Amino acid sequence: MLDRAPCVDTPSISAVAAQASAVMPIICRRLVYERGGRLLINAIDLDIAPGSLTVVMGPNGSGKSLLLRLLHGLIEPDTGHILWGNRRDAAAARERQAMVFQRPVLLRRSVGDNIGFVLKLRGEDTRSQREAMLTRVGLQELIKQPARRLSGGEQQRLALARALATRPDVLFLDEPTASHDPASTHMIEEAVVAAHRSGTKIVFITHDIGQARRLADDVIFLNGGRVCEHTEVGRFFSDPRTNCARGFLDGRILF
Amino acid sequence: MALQLVLSGNGDLMEIIGLSLYVSLSALLIASALGLFIGAALAVTRFPGRGAALVVLNALMGLPPVVVGLLVYLYLSRSGPLGFMGLLYTPTAMIIAQTVLITPIIAALSRQVLEDLYEEYREQFRSLSVPWRIEMGALVWDARYSLLTVALAGFGRAVAEVGAVIIVGGNIDHLTRVMTTAIALETSKGDLALALALGIVLLTIALTINGLVMTVRMTASRNAYA
Repeated sequence: MLDRAPCVDTPSISAVAAQASAVMPIICRRLVYERGGRLLINAIDLDIAPGSLTVVMGPNGSGKSLLLRLLHGLIEPDTGHILWGNRRDAAAARERQAMVFQRPVLLRRSVGDNIGFVLKLRGEDTRSQREAMLTRVGLQELIKQPARRLSGGEQQRLALARALATRPDVLFLDEPTASHDPASTHMIEEAVVAAHRSGTKIVFITHDIGQARRLADDVIFLNGGRVCEHTEVGRFFSDPRTNCARGFLDGRILF
Repeated sequence: MALQLVLSGNGDLMEIIGLSLYVSLSALLIASALGLFIGAALAVTRFPGRGAALVVLNALMGLPPVVVGLLVYLYLSRSGPLGFMGLLYTPTAMIIAQTVLITPIIAALSRQVLEDLYEEYREQFRSLSVPWRIEMGALVWDARYSLLTVALAGFGRAVAEVGAVIIVGGNIDHLTRVMTTAIALETSKGDLALALALGIVLLTIALTINGLVMTVRMTASRNAYA
């Protein structure tokens, strides 16, 4: 039987320097989100510190994507609250954050114009800027191609480049490498790590244990809409302290 | 004989065709600006009474041209609120009538097209904190090839209607006579050759424009822009 009792540690911050940000830390208190009579987010208390690369894991339907949308201020909790840098202003927080969705939504334009749309919002759309952003994800050769003619992996890399073009303090990624080939996964991971090194806080959902081991400084493990563990990555994989996390990891190993 | 008349480039015929295109294209231009703005605003905003506004807008698509003609006539006639402008029985009055007639069509159809696209973009726009004015512009731009069909529907309605323009234009020779009013007049006079010639031109215009729009849309679709 899975243990759903929360067991929350304060994660150690990685060697990456924690940068001061107006939207960090993110503090969630008693978050509840219910739809259709189902409790999808169940009284979550969570502190997300700046600096570390945080990976969110958990079985399907555990509330990972919903939690990311709440943290990004796209949806509001039914009860409880979120503080972004001690403020409750979701709209202001969103302006300093970016999100890459599991299924990228690209404008019906060229690859370059998809980047240009975001750069224009910031008043800094130049050809060199577009090329620089696309070079970060290896798409510079495709700048004139229609975005929707790209492969799935290329579309996701473009979505990542567009998110990075906003120069976010916090970048949320919802399974950005799900069902991508190793090369595409590698390029996305490289771009994410580079952004993290330059000071962007990363919150990354994945089901891939190998990827979590490669990237994470700390892991948030969700089950049934609750945070079961929030702990340093080494400890999470070597000594998970809750039955639900152990069960999840055992299931991965066995199957 | 009708075909000969068309091919001969008859002066009267060309004048009528030219005025028809001028009036309908002018109305289309104005109605597109108004209708796209209304459609885009309704697509991206939510407010109390929006549902009722959509019902009214959709109902206005079926406005009878003679009713529009009558209303515009009342406004522009000497005793009407805009009578001082002296626009009745001028091409401008015809443009106004056609604009009133097709603006709801363009607004309602573009609202539907843009709202479908907005459903796709909404969360991404919200994530990127895109201001609503830029959202509207981006939607119109990205849906431009679908909106061509909407504009085509508006143009078709404008160029083919007779009721409104005959009331506010008066079908005055060399001044307000357009293809539809001329066809009605020439048929009643028994000059079927001229009426048929105008009919052939009207159909050719409709076919040509439809063909052009379809070509543009197919090209866009191949490039994943539509």
